[in-house]
Amino acid sequence: MRIALFITCLNDTLFPRTGKAVVRLLERLGHKVVFPEDQTCCGQMHYNTGYRRDAQRLAVRFVETFADADAVLVPSGSCAAMVRDNYPRLGAPGSRLDRAAAEVAPRVLDLTELLVDVLGVTDVGAYFPHTVTYHPTCHGLRLLGLGDRPYRLLRAVRGLELVELAGARECCGFGGTFAVKNPDVSAAMGADKARRVADTGAEVLCAVDNSCLMHIGGTLERARAGVRVVHLAEILASTEEEPARI
Amino acid sequence: MSATFVGMPAFPEAARAATGDAQLRHNLRRATHTIRDKRAAVVGELDDWAGLRAAGKAVKDRTLRHLDVYLERFEAAVTAAGGQVHWAADAAEANRVVTDLVLATGERDVVKVKSMATQEIELNQALAEAGITAYETDLAELIVQLSDDLPSHILVPAIHRNRAEIREIFRDRMAAWGAPAPDGLGDDPRALAEAARVHLRERFLRTRVAVSGANFAVADTGTLVVLESEGNGRMCLTLPDTLISVVGIEKLVPTWSDLEVFLQLLPRSSTGERMNPYTSTWTGVTPGDGPQEVHVVLLDNGRTDVLADTVGRQALRCIRCSACLNICPVYERTGGHAYGSVYPGPIGAILTPQLRGTGGAVEAALPFASSLCGACYEVCPVAIDIPEVLVHLREEVAGGAGHRAERAAMGAAGWVLGDRRRLDAAQRAASAARSLAPRHLPGPGAAWTDTRDLPEIPEESFRSWWRRRSGPGEGAR
Repeated sequence: MRIALFITCLNDTLFPRTGKAVVRLLERLGHKVVFPEDQTCCGQMHYNTGYRRDAQRLAVRFVETFADADAVLVPSGSCAAMVRDNYPRLGAPGSRLDRAAAEVAPRVLDLTELLVDVLGVTDVGAYFPHTVTYHPTCHGLRLLGLGDRPYRLLRAVRGLELVELAGARECCGFGGTFAVKNPDVSAAMGADKARRVADTGAEVLCAVDNSCLMHIGGTLERARAGVRVVHLAEILASTEEEPARI
Repeated sequence: MSATFVGMPAFPEAARAATGDAQLRHNLRRATHTIRDKRAAVVGELDDWAGLRAAGKAVKDRTLRHLDVYLERFEAAVTAAGGQVHWAADAAEANRVVTDLVLATGERDVVKVKSMATQEIELNQALAEAGITAYETDLAELIVQLSDDLPSHILVPAIHRNRAEIREIFRDRMAAWGAPAPDGLGDDPRALAEAARVHLRERFLRTRVAVSGANFAVADTGTLVVLESEGNGRMCLTLPDTLISVVGIEKLVPTWSDLEVFLQLLPRSSTGERMNPYTSTWTGVTPGDGPQEVHVVLLDNGRTDVLADTVGRQALRCIRCSACLNICPVYERTGGHAYGSVYPGPIGAILTPQLRGTGGAVEAALPFASSLCGACYEVCPVAIDIPEVLVHLREEVAGGAGHRAERAAMGAAGWVLGDRRRLDAAQRAASAARSLAPRHLPGPGAAWTDTRDLPEIPEESFRSWWRRRSGPGEGAR
């Protein structure tokens, strides 16, 4: 299958290793990944902060760039939710953006949806000999409704021990610009999440959204908690021949 | 009664103090998790919760669409039943109406049923200015009143207090308001409840005028409905001669059969009970039974403005259950006072700026007091999409004068992100300077690096790697 990758601006700029892992994983499974180079950003930060006009401009770019794609993989729960959930109410009713958003939104998929629902695979042949806990990020949980897909994928990874995270459904406190507009509350939420992650005894915390992981990881690292954060794609891309470096 | 939200700092600053208060954090964590878990259990046992929720939303939306019709129907029914309806456009008018009604009775004391509408209009202060003392009879409201405090939760206004603190308040302050606390009062919840019972009982027996709100108002029959746990409300609603109820115009439901939906939704969402212990209903005056003078003050106070906003109007569906407060990770860490209003938590963050406008610093900060995690929407029994309204209000605030610098920064970010070549250039510049990246950022960036490490900037961006890997001309569709 030919899969168009929307890498997201954050992954593109700060977490290219997640993108590389996605490409490696999907090619290993026999699929073709394309990267439309005109892509930039979905506009989530602008939209969530109250800058609808800026968000609309970025959304127009997105829907034009991915107009012909059969499936658009977005390896970030919140960006996938931005397109699927918010694009349909971003443009004026009946506008070009509105129509194009309705077209493209249903073809936008998170990595776990692509693997489990479209490609029909839960065992991707991965090997990751570490203790791992999973944080179901808010947008993945409540807007995309990812459910047990990430857990099914993780359970099928050889060598991986999955441990449960207490209070998993609770927000980590990132929230985009919330993290800097309300830094004290964000830090308090982050500290609680980090403590619960550390309490699991896991070596690795994984999620499907690097923005949340940047916040939780930054908090863990500042505390020298000794837990690494890794995007789920990197775990699924890891094999015996080419294990992920953590 | 000098406590007031007026003059409080905006949310981020108030939250700084609250998140640093270890006792408050502990009290809130305990209380919110207890109610949260109870709610989840009783909601989980109903197979048709989603259907009930959809019905609650539909009934409220239908009523709000034809509110003018239902309000007039309600007024006619109340009048026919021997009650009197008063219309109040704002807080000042409502306070004036209630004050005049009390003064006309010749009484100077009133007992109060727990009511958000009267808190919203600061009725107690207005009555005090007219020489009338209002006595709160809900246990938690009593605790707040005795300690000259402010409510911090819609359902449990003293949620920020633990039992040791309540014991102190009863011991030190009860005597000034009436029957004193018994000697040797401990902090056992039963002993505290008994002290409150003794304190309030003589008040119920003496006071001739009561003021209440209402959870629902039935248009067809002119019936008001109050749900409560303690029975203190029932005392106020039945013993006095005069009963004055301040009711927001959004409390209307068309018929008694519509109540069926809400009498299931509300207790399970608020106290986490299948059914609340006391549901009181009254329709005008019943000769020889209960208050013989019954008034209803229908309160607008910004509600028709909210109704005019097609996105924001869903906030008027709110039945004040507090499920969104109890589930909210932000509320759990700040408590209610930080929201600068009697309506705290997620619903307060969308209701207060809509009722009062976004012109003030407190109101303008509220739409941003959320990580948009969506837990509030998930538990809301009338499906108010709180994140949607928050973003809608953020747009209103971000267009205002206080956001010029941010608007410029967002515009610049949008410009860089609006073109792949500009984004590529910015990424290359960042990668080239990666060894110089500071551990602590100056200015607004410090809000990140004060508590979190920054991610390392990679040697190259994904798109740069992709181009190298694919060779020129490849991959670009």
